[in-house]
Amino acid sequence: MADPENAKEATTLRYAFGNVLSFFILLLIGVLAFWIRLFSVIKYESVIHEFDPYFNYRVTQFLTKNGIYDFWNWFDDRTWYPLGRVIGGTVYPGLTLTAGTIWWILNSLNIPLSVETVCVFTAPIFSAFASWATYLLTKEVKGAGAGLTAAALLAMVPSYISRSVAGSYDNEAVAIFALIFTFYLYIKTLNTGSLFYATLNALAYFYMVCSWGGYTFIINLIPMHVLLCIVTGRYSSRLYIAYAPLVVLGTLLAALVPVVGFNAVMTSEHFASFLVFIIIHVVAFVYYIKGILSPKMFKVAVTLVVSVGLVVCCAVMAILIALVASSPTKGWSGRSLSLLDPTYASKYIPIIASVSEHQPPTWPSYFMDINVLAFLVPAGIIACFLPLSDASSFVVLYIVTSVYFSGVMVRLMLVLAPAACVMSGIALSESFSVFTRSIKFQLHGLSGSSQVDSGDASSSTVVAQNDAGKAEKTEDTAKERPSKKSKKKEKGIVDKPSLKAKIERRLLVLPFEASIFAILLLVLLGAFYVVHCVWAAAEAYSAPSIVLTSYSHDGGLHVFDDFREAYAWLSHNTEVDDKVASWWDYGYQTTAMANRTVIVDNNTWNNTHIATVGTAMSSPEKAAWEIFNSLDVKYVLVVFGGLVGYPSDDINKFLWMVRIGGGVFPHIKEPDYLRDGQYRIDSQATPTMLNCLMYKLSYYRFVETDGRGFDRVRQTEIGKKNFKLTHFEEVFTTHHWMVRIYKLKPPRNRIRGKTKKPRSQKTSSTTRTKRSAATKRNPWH
Amino acid sequence: MARSTSKDAQALFNSLRSAYSATPTSFKIIDLYVGFAVFTALIQVVYMAIVGSFPFNSFLSGVLSCVGTAVLAVCLRIQVNKENKEFKDLPPERAFADFVLCNLVLHLVIMNFLG
Repeated sequence: MADPENAKEATTLRYAFGNVLSFFILLLIGVLAFWIRLFSVIKYESVIHEFDPYFNYRVTQFLTKNGIYDFWNWFDDRTWYPLGRVIGGTVYPGLTLTAGTIWWILNSLNIPLSVETVCVFTAPIFSAFASWATYLLTKEVKGAGAGLTAAALLAMVPSYISRSVAGSYDNEAVAIFALIFTFYLYIKTLNTGSLFYATLNALAYFYMVCSWGGYTFIINLIPMHVLLCIVTGRYSSRLYIAYAPLVVLGTLLAALVPVVGFNAVMTSEHFASFLVFIIIHVVAFVYYIKGILSPKMFKVAVTLVVSVGLVVCCAVMAILIALVASSPTKGWSGRSLSLLDPTYASKYIPIIASVSEHQPPTWPSYFMDINVLAFLVPAGIIACFLPLSDASSFVVLYIVTSVYFSGVMVRLMLVLAPAACVMSGIALSESFSVFTRSIKFQLHGLSGSSQVDSGDASSSTVVAQNDAGKAEKTEDTAKERPSKKSKKKEKGIVDKPSLKAKIERRLLVLPFEASIFAILLLVLLGAFYVVHCVWAAAEAYSAPSIVLTSYSHDGGLHVFDDFREAYAWLSHNTEVDDKVASWWDYGYQTTAMANRTVIVDNNTWNNTHIATVGTAMSSPEKAAWEIFNSLDVKYVLVVFGGLVGYPSDDINKFLWMVRIGGGVFPHIKEPDYLRDGQYRIDSQATPTMLNCLMYKLSYYRFVETDGRGFDRVRQTEIGKKNFKLTHFEEVFTTHHWMVRIYKLKPPRNRIRGKTKKPRSQKTSSTTRTKRSAATKRNPWH
Repeated sequence: MARSTSKDAQALFNSLRSAYSATPTSFKIIDLYVGFAVFTALIQVVYMAIVGSFPFNSFLSGVLSCVGTAVLAVCLRIQVNKENKEFKDLPPERAFADFVLCNLVLHLVIMNFLG
């Protein structure tokens, strides 16, 4: 009598202790996720990194200054001159709205953080949220122990760190959190069948659509999973409740976001969801009819319906196929099509092919980005199959599809990271539970069943309450490593009904020493993972790329701040309305930091405009001057790394200028610039190459630096050393010659020699005056 | 062949009707509501086919609101049905409250999108 009561008290105490411990562990995981991303702030400064984040920062600045209505209706005339860009309708607003809201809340609480600080630290905060969301997701699939492990793994996985360091203010920072949270709510709805969670799921999906173009992954993965469940005979009414409201509400909410708009119902990326919507209704109807009819009558119904329905179905499918096939891309957008057919972009859309993030990854990058998880994932997949539930089949499908897509584009390794963490968390947790069970069994010998039985009794009562994901009690393993770096603690779960458990336990028990050794090895594995993640975060992924550093041979740190130097010069020494032309990589930074109008920027939405700039860079001086003058350009900016050995300069990107320009303007032919199939700038280079604007602007006066003109990136001396510029004049070169700014020389007042129309002097002077009037500048130049 | 099919069809129809009349009245009301919603959606599609789809967002929100309430009503029916083993300990008040909440969210979005 006293014994069961004591046992019950002991179990409740254990539950309470376990829950409190879980809470503190989760808190520590969140803190870890935040702190590991702060290396760039410590090593450099609190600055926004790369290129895309500068655009997001500028948009957030506008939002905080002018309010939300002006933001929705903003037409930006400082980029893509003279076309402009409709910001309200072409940007994914989730990130900027989130950061703007955080800034507004903090300022209304009288915490005066600047917009830049909020933007820099948004990503680490949301990665803490993402690891908590991973805990919730994995808890729904396998249990709390797996959840904690998966959360700890996600907090540190290098692939996610690379896109969410402090300063990397990009869409993925909030989008990964939204992705995991949406999946969690979907699984929760699937497990509980509650319409409340279905509503929350639709709202989380809305947040994901607001944040990132990768939302099409969700709206294709979930229908795939529903189809899988139907085909494998796992249809249930919970599946209907999880899926059908999501499709209707989700499509509506996606159509609300201006970027997506009517694409939510018209592009092929969404057709899968509608198709499966119809299929699930058919299946639900079939199950309903089967329920109310007798088996004989059901067979009759089936034969009737099949014969009639097949004809109707074929007709509808034929119409649909005809509609879809009439569009050249079968309704898919360029980027999605390049995911399905990896060779599509290189054949048809050179701009998508030229982005380095869109290249397929190499094998070492897998090990660099997900490290130890790469071989824990297969173990996790196996663990998901025993037993197979709806939730675990979803996670298996998620990992398989994300592995495929990560193999197509290196950028999508980011989508693989949460799946890999979930799988590895499950694998680690299951293996820990096997080992700790063996240890407990061996330790307590024959009478060990008493303690374990009470635990089983409580767990079996909890299981009976139809909550699949909540039957757990956390156990403290004997081995915990409270070292400074490895702050994670593994938990083991024991939850099996008592009768089966004894039989299974005898089969699953390992020898005592082997279990202890195995646990030690697993902890060592975790330690290696942690060491690698911290190294990757500190050394590999914290570079802001707008500030470069290198160590000189006497150990000193040398800082290259040329980009900001150039932008500051532009903002202080040019007029507000001056237009700056450069390659599209630097567009966002120029508008954000130098505050000048640019011709093309990183959005790359207009291929012809980029091809125009590319053609100008590949043409001789006079032709380039004509093109730039027609665009009202005043300054041209080139990035040159030959003096210091900076490899991502414009000469290395030149091949894309030729290809993209040649794709639109046929007079630019790539073979003209190649010698033996290679782009060369030394004495063996082709005359077209030596005369093009990019060569001249990069190497003007380069001989003066060392007398020979030795280019440190290409490792040769340049071909043409001493030349003068006729149509451009150099106005600024930064300290390490990394950014060079040139000004277009105005047209001469008098022309000697032949002009285009040599009919009479009067006609030529009128054409001249017309052109100089069109430039709208000070006529005294 | 044709006669046996027609006889089969008639027998099927009769058994369907007898089985359906056995369902409780509350479910029949929900089914009527679902039918009405789908019918309204069909009318809207026919109207669009005749008149053209100019304010496409209005068309989309109209059709999707009908389809949405139909789907939600089906979900309610699933959850309230006593024969469903998965939902036997879900109180019907909770099911109805979820139904109302989801409809609220749906119609808020519809109102915003209707233009």
